[in-house]
Amino acid sequence: MRLSRDAHRLILLALPVSVFALAFFLVPLARLAIVAGQGPKGIAAYASIVTEPRHFESMLVTLGLALAVTLTALGLATVAGLFLSRHQFPGRQLAIAVLTLPLAFPGVVVGFLVIMLGGRQGLIGAITQALGGGKVVFAYSLAGLFVGYLYFSIPRVILTVMASAEKLDPALEEAARSLGASPLRVLKDVTLPGLAPGLTAAGAICFATAMGAFGTAFSLAANIDVLPMTIYTEFTLNANIAAAASLSLVLGAVTWSALFLARSLAGAPAAAAV
Amino acid sequence: MGRTTVRLIQYALTLLVGLFMVVPVVMSILAGVTQNFFVGLKSGLTLHWVGEVWRLYSETIALSMLIAICCVALTLAIGVPCAYVLAKRPGRIARAVEEVLTLPVAIPGLALALALIITWGGFRDFRTSWAFILVGHVLYTLPFMTRSVLSVLAASEMRDLEEGAASLGAGFWTRLVTVVLPNAKGGILAGALMVLTLSVGEFNLTWMLHTPETKTLPVGLADSYASMRLEIASAYTLVFFVMIVPLLVAMQAMSRTRRRAAHPEEEPLPCAPTPQPSN
Amino acid sequence: MRADATTIELNRCGKTFADGTRALEPLDLTVAAGETVVLLGPSGCGKTTLLRLIAGLEAPDAGGRVRFNGEDVTGLPIERRAVGMVFQSYALFPNMSVRENIAYGLRVRKLDKGEIAARTREMLEMMQIGQLAERRVHQLSGGQRQRVALARAIAVRPRVLLLDEPLAALDAVLRDRLRVEIDALLRRLAITAVYVTHDQAEAMMLGDRIVVMSAGQVEQAGTPREIYRNPATPFVADFVGTVSRIATAAGVVLLRPEDIRLCEVAAGRAAATVETLHFLGGRCQVGLIGGDGARLIADAPPDTPLKPGARVGIAWDDAAPLRLPLMEAAQ
Repeated sequence: MRLSRDAHRLILLALPVSVFALAFFLVPLARLAIVAGQGPKGIAAYASIVTEPRHFESMLVTLGLALAVTLTALGLATVAGLFLSRHQFPGRQLAIAVLTLPLAFPGVVVGFLVIMLGGRQGLIGAITQALGGGKVVFAYSLAGLFVGYLYFSIPRVILTVMASAEKLDPALEEAARSLGASPLRVLKDVTLPGLAPGLTAAGAICFATAMGAFGTAFSLAANIDVLPMTIYTEFTLNANIAAAASLSLVLGAVTWSALFLARSLAGAPAAAAV
Repeated sequence: MGRTTVRLIQYALTLLVGLFMVVPVVMSILAGVTQNFFVGLKSGLTLHWVGEVWRLYSETIALSMLIAICCVALTLAIGVPCAYVLAKRPGRIARAVEEVLTLPVAIPGLALALALIITWGGFRDFRTSWAFILVGHVLYTLPFMTRSVLSVLAASEMRDLEEGAASLGAGFWTRLVTVVLPNAKGGILAGALMVLTLSVGEFNLTWMLHTPETKTLPVGLADSYASMRLEIASAYTLVFFVMIVPLLVAMQAMSRTRRRAAHPEEEPLPCAPTPQPSN
Repeated sequence: MRADATTIELNRCGKTFADGTRALEPLDLTVAAGETVVLLGPSGCGKTTLLRLIAGLEAPDAGGRVRFNGEDVTGLPIERRAVGMVFQSYALFPNMSVRENIAYGLRVRKLDKGEIAARTREMLEMMQIGQLAERRVHQLSGGQRQRVALARAIAVRPRVLLLDEPLAALDAVLRDRLRVEIDALLRRLAITAVYVTHDQAEAMMLGDRIVVMSAGQVEQAGTPREIYRNPATPFVADFVGTVSRIATAAGVVLLRPEDIRLCEVAAGRAAATVETLHFLGGRCQVGLIGGDGARLIADAPPDTPLKPGARVGIAWDDAAPLRLPLMEAAQ
């Protein structure tokens, strides 16, 4: 299509998004960056993530938690996703629905569901008590956050695995088998490499959301300073806007880098998963 | 280890993960309709708590629906033209714009909310109105609308269709209205559903942007989790499920039919996004 | 219609894409009023780009000019060039019925309702798709889609008809049948047509003239007969048919399979060994290896007694060898 003569019409169509992005995204982000450097510590506020022990520790805990959630979610979802996409069994449709419906549950609701499992009146506690092991309550600790983030991440990763597995040409696995490869080798040499781009993308999203998660931690009222909670505390309780702003920017940079890296690694088709 | 053993382990693990996903939901639903959850189901079933939620929180539900509908309208008005421009201009600038558009998803809602408050908080009337929350929701959901529409518009058939219309004498706006938009209906509808779902459930931005006068459903939920008895919190969560699950089911049904309609030999496209609620 | 048919003239039309790739070297081409010209070449040779230049879907590089009947249309976008175009994918609108697809160009031109209805009906009848009028595009077979695409393109009574590999998506049997139909249609309409294909049989059948292209350049333009019998370059000789190259004392001779006569070794001008025999129904295709190791292809009667390994002589009439202007010197 000859674009040049349509150029002014396209500019007209791009106008609403440009105005909106400028007013409510680009300018606010720039303001955030400026405010972050205008606190009592000046530009040094950006370094507080390493210089301030409380912030540094918070960063480490968040990173560790996000990594653990990502790896666990990838492992569980790969097994379940591959199983669901490869085997027919009674209740398969139901299983898919159950595993993927929580896709749009926001973190705040997921936090409540974790309380249902591991809270003071939770199911796990009731079971361990009945077994005589004492009441196990884990919802309000790091373990509660881990379970919540896992709950949040599993549906998306399973969907990604299933979509990737469906796109994978079954002839590839058949070819490997016809050449004498054992099931394990087929998995290692054909299936997993085929799923890799999808898994990379899903893992990155998993990691990024776990890094920035706020709703789950908020409804668990967990006594753990993950980075988003630290930011929230700095902003509301300490009224330290500069610290909150600088930490927000650092957090944004980390999550965006994770997604960007995954996109570069996984290539274009997986990019849209973000 | 034999094939069957491996399969059994896979089956058991899948089942376990499924239980993990479904048990807390069922518990929460039951807790919402039980007289006294601590005593258990034998205390009897009731809709009393749901009524209580209605009395306490019906305004949050109404506001959430209002904001969600406005959010869909705005993302349609902004995102659909934007997707068309991106589809027509697959150059380096378009890639950069796309990158900027994904940022609101990549950057934690907390940071976005802070940025909005710092920049616009001084405008009192705006800051205290629900329009402030709406802006946050549009910012967060716009990438989903744009990508959903773009995934349809960027297909090579769409270019052919538009060229076909041009060859028959249709000018720019005629092509857009009679050919491009009607055939992008699937992507537009999917995007709208996704935006609706995400807006209704958005918490991270909303918590920072809301005022006591502008509480949405998830804000009310967090409030009830912190201060109400478990039954009320559960009943409220049940109301949320009732609102959100039909949207989700519709969304999944749509993505299934669209996947079936797609040609298998198709070149890799920017595929349609899946919703990413705020965690 | 021949009286008001349109002449297409291209002057110095080249195309370089934004990323710097040269799709088309600057070239001149004239398509006479009412003539069907086929652009033939392998994929990536620039034939589709050339068609899109004529259509107005692409603009030529600076200096290029496109004229319809002498009128400069270079600056006009496709929607104002009054062309009819059939796309390889057909580009039928899925949101409309067959009837609405055919009527689309008329509606865009704001003809009155009665006129639109009458002309649409006329097209449906002409293409024998009246019973499909209310169907949706996805309910049609490939061949039916093809007819609707043609009907839609000619309903607007275009100045020129442009067809971009319209049969490429169809299976062989349907392709043969529709080829005959399109040929009859083009003759009947006597419209100026440019037809793009990579299939030489299609080109031979449909083209008043064939333009053979390769690597963004015109290799040769001429009637099907000229191109087959007097190819201008080795590329053309190979692309429009099979060629065997036989070394003789006088130099290399190029022969089409049907011009090679297999005979006793003593009676031949050259000798070869039969390697393969393929029965093709009306004839047998014989693969041979010549004295210098070159592979040759010859036609033999379907009941030929030859067997692989047999030594045969090769004979031909003096008029048979292809004469390439540059060939002898090159060899």
